[in-house]
Amino acid sequence: MLLPALVIASSFAYLLLLFAVAYWADRRAQTGRSVIANPWTYALSLAVYCTAWTYFGSVGRAASGGVWFLPIYLGPTLVMLLGWIVLRKMIRIAKAYRITSIADFVASRYGKSPLLAGLVTLIAVVGIVPYIALQLKAVSAGYALLTVPGGVAEAAHWSRDSAFYVALVLAGFAMVFGARHLDTTERHEGMVAAIAFESVVKLVAFLLVGFFVVYGLFDGLGDLFARTQAVPQLQQLLRLEQGGQFAWAQWFGLMLLSMFSVVFLPRQFQVMVVENVREDHLRRAVWVFPLYMLLINLFVLPIALGGLLYFGPGQANAENFVLSLPLAAGQHALALFAFVGGLSAATGMVIVETVAVSTMVSNELVLPLLLRWRHLRSSGGQDFTRLLLGIRRAAILGVLVLGYVYFHLAGEAYALVSIGLISFAAVAQFAPVVLGGMYWKGGTRLGALAGLLAGFLMWAYTLMLPSIAKSGWLDMGFIAHGPWGMAWLRPEQLLGLQGFDGLTHSLFWSMLANVVAYVGVSLWRAPSGREASQALLFVDVFERTAGSSPVFWRGRANTQDLLRLCERFLGAAKARALLDGYAQRVGVRNAQALRPDARLVQFVETQLAGAVGSASARALVASVAEEETLSPEDVLRILDEASQIRAYSRALEDKSRSLEQATAELRAANEQLQSLDRLKDDFMSSVTHELRTPLTSIRALAELMQDDAGMPQAQRQQFVGIIVAETERLTRLVNQVLDMAKIESGHAEWHVAPVDMRALVERAVATTAEVFRERAAQVQVQLPDEAPVLQADPDRILQVLLNLLSNAAKFVPSPGGQVQVRLTSDAQGVTVCVQDNGPGVQPGHEAMIFDRFHQTDLGVQVAHGTGLGLPISRHIAEHFGGRLWLEPSVQPGACFCFWLPLPTEPIGDKTP
Amino acid sequence: MLKGLGSQRLVALFVGGWVLFNFPLLGLWDRDATVWGIPLFPLALFLLWGGLIAALAWLMEWPEDRLANRNAERPDDRAEAPPPPAPPQE
Repeated sequence: MLLPALVIASSFAYLLLLFAVAYWADRRAQTGRSVIANPWTYALSLAVYCTAWTYFGSVGRAASGGVWFLPIYLGPTLVMLLGWIVLRKMIRIAKAYRITSIADFVASRYGKSPLLAGLVTLIAVVGIVPYIALQLKAVSAGYALLTVPGGVAEAAHWSRDSAFYVALVLAGFAMVFGARHLDTTERHEGMVAAIAFESVVKLVAFLLVGFFVVYGLFDGLGDLFARTQAVPQLQQLLRLEQGGQFAWAQWFGLMLLSMFSVVFLPRQFQVMVVENVREDHLRRAVWVFPLYMLLINLFVLPIALGGLLYFGPGQANAENFVLSLPLAAGQHALALFAFVGGLSAATGMVIVETVAVSTMVSNELVLPLLLRWRHLRSSGGQDFTRLLLGIRRAAILGVLVLGYVYFHLAGEAYALVSIGLISFAAVAQFAPVVLGGMYWKGGTRLGALAGLLAGFLMWAYTLMLPSIAKSGWLDMGFIAHGPWGMAWLRPEQLLGLQGFDGLTHSLFWSMLANVVAYVGVSLWRAPSGREASQALLFVDVFERTAGSSPVFWRGRANTQDLLRLCERFLGAAKARALLDGYAQRVGVRNAQALRPDARLVQFVETQLAGAVGSASARALVASVAEEETLSPEDVLRILDEASQIRAYSRALEDKSRSLEQATAELRAANEQLQSLDRLKDDFMSSVTHELRTPLTSIRALAELMQDDAGMPQAQRQQFVGIIVAETERLTRLVNQVLDMAKIESGHAEWHVAPVDMRALVERAVATTAEVFRERAAQVQVQLPDEAPVLQADPDRILQVLLNLLSNAAKFVPSPGGQVQVRLTSDAQGVTVCVQDNGPGVQPGHEAMIFDRFHQTDLGVQVAHGTGLGLPISRHIAEHFGGRLWLEPSVQPGACFCFWLPLPTEPIGDKTP
Repeated sequence: MLKGLGSQRLVALFVGGWVLFNFPLLGLWDRDATVWGIPLFPLALFLLWGGLIAALAWLMEWPEDRLANRNAERPDDRAEAPPPPAPPQE
């Protein structure tokens, strides 16, 4: 036994720790360093699925039915396999339309119907209250086991009941972290962080107890199972059939049930969809959450078997083995920790469930009534945010008190597992309308109402009533013989259907009634305009983005009214910030200057929906605007227009993109042309200049000779010599221009013959020897002993050599010029380099010197060139399959090289 | 809904899991045998379960699949405009 004070102190210390975690997370969120914005926290928060029911109830179930505790976790695993497809769509829808709860989801999908929202809320509350009671019962039972000799809780007065105070503390927590401020996204950072933390605590505690039982009380798993096999009563727990026919239908039903509840339980919808920070987090959560469930179930069977072996079959309540085993073995600290684990499993569920349910109750039940009753919509500039928060807090307290009352009235009657399954079956009724709404456009408001009502009534009749009867509040004869003795109305064998257990029987009938009513009534009439528009927005959510989604609204509104509405329900400061942000996005100065168009109305309605739910938001907007009712044809037309606009804007985008590209091409071509034109001009001026210089001197000398008839013969001879030289220069210039033109146009003649490069280089050097001597430059020639023979035009190659040599001669300093000519050869070809010690090529001009008409601006020396030598030489080298280049980074001076390939065939005429 | 290869794989895995955990395949494991001292039936259940989770984790975290999904998600994205043709050479 443990001291009650110790257990109470530990529990409250733990709850304080929870407050601290939530507070810390809220503070971090305010400074922008969110702890829940990561996939691991998200996955752990999903584990709120594992409640006290898992923690205590699974062991109880395993002790009586073997593997029957598993379908409740296999179903969610299968759902998670489809999570990336189905849940992601749900999250996308919820984010796009500011959905705040499962009731809001259903209502919004079927035309924002307040009636539907109210019905879903009602079903959720009726279904969930027993489930909350179950958590309180688990905590209370655990407390009794630890502190009371014999472990049986006496029916204490509420003022001395631990569960009552636990409920109060949890209500406080939910109010502080679940309803502190109105948020248009309905997100609670602190709460989610605390839930993730609780998930870790309960997993660690359960695993520790498991390890203790398997390795502390027994000698490992093998030992435990061997001893189990030795007891005939327990043997069957390890088998599927367990001696009789296996109830496949029940197995199937439980899996289906848990698949629905892992998505549609209000708390699951809250953490999975509403609290989701980023869609991408789902990617990791879908496998981490099943892994979590696997881990927490790993020791369920061993603990159950261990307890049965330890205490003897039927000697102790199996649902308490997690606590009673460590306690019986004298491990008090472990027992206390196990209790804290169970406490965290229970509190996590209670907190999220009450926050989720209270949001529904305040938005979908209380607010619509208030709006009707007090004419809140018409009263002046009153701020309703405080009222909204007040309603929500009251709803939290109300739900918890209901849970506590239920626990006191019915708690002793039923085992944990049965209560949980009744709740599961209630929320499973949401499945057809939600899933149908996400993938089928034909569902209507009336269909959804009919489906939910039919399913809910069938659930109440076939499952809830019998459970009440079994608690002793109703005559059992009603169950056994049917109402008024009508056997075909027996709740557990409706229409005489037999062979199912109560749960499967109820699930079958309620789902059948639900689906048939939903589909049947939906097909009875075509959807109205509003239903059709919401159906489009939900089903095709992935095909729309915020910018291009159609706006299904038509009418007249007033900006001032809309602004006032926002201020009243979102708070003045928040409303102003939101609307100013919106104004900025659409390019208007401030909120006052906004045009009251359909998009603004839609924006306001979406923001309000985040605070008060879509149905109430619809009613509020409708109260300040003059609206026209849309017919289904209008919806189709609006959709058509939207998609046409989208198509047009896409086409326009395409056009402008290709236009841009064409413009860029044209601009590039134009620049090219301009630069060529400039080069041509430069060349023309340089050529005319070149032509004019010799012409001027020829003319001057000729005039001198013409005027002076008595000129001495020697003088006249000298003049004539100069005239001849100048004429030669003119001829050379003209020849080069023609040569270039010919080569470029492809009309040049090539006489291919075997070329001995050694001899050719020697000849070129000899030809230019005179020029170098004049400039007092030294020429050094490095030749190999033997050079291969090429197939080329020897005259052209000589032209290249002469050009390079004369260039070198032009640029070397005089005196002191040094020129090196090198001939090297390898297997592929022959390389000739001419290096000088002149000024070299200016950095940046390395490529330009090969352009036609380009002349380096080096002053007078260059005036002799035509700017055609290098381009012509390069053309020649390339014509024979070689290349000509400027050797980079040879300093000082310049080193031009060309390379010519050896002929591929030894003999052959390569005349082109 | 089932555009990407990844989504189709997930659906296939779901169907596979549903079949494995139901009649009649689950009954095949119900034998009076033990592996490493652990009865076959519970062991098989947990191993199947773990295998399913591992396959899911592999599908979700595999980068190539992530790429395929991303492409499937944004069919509107155009290929990059081709670079403008090189200016004509002399």
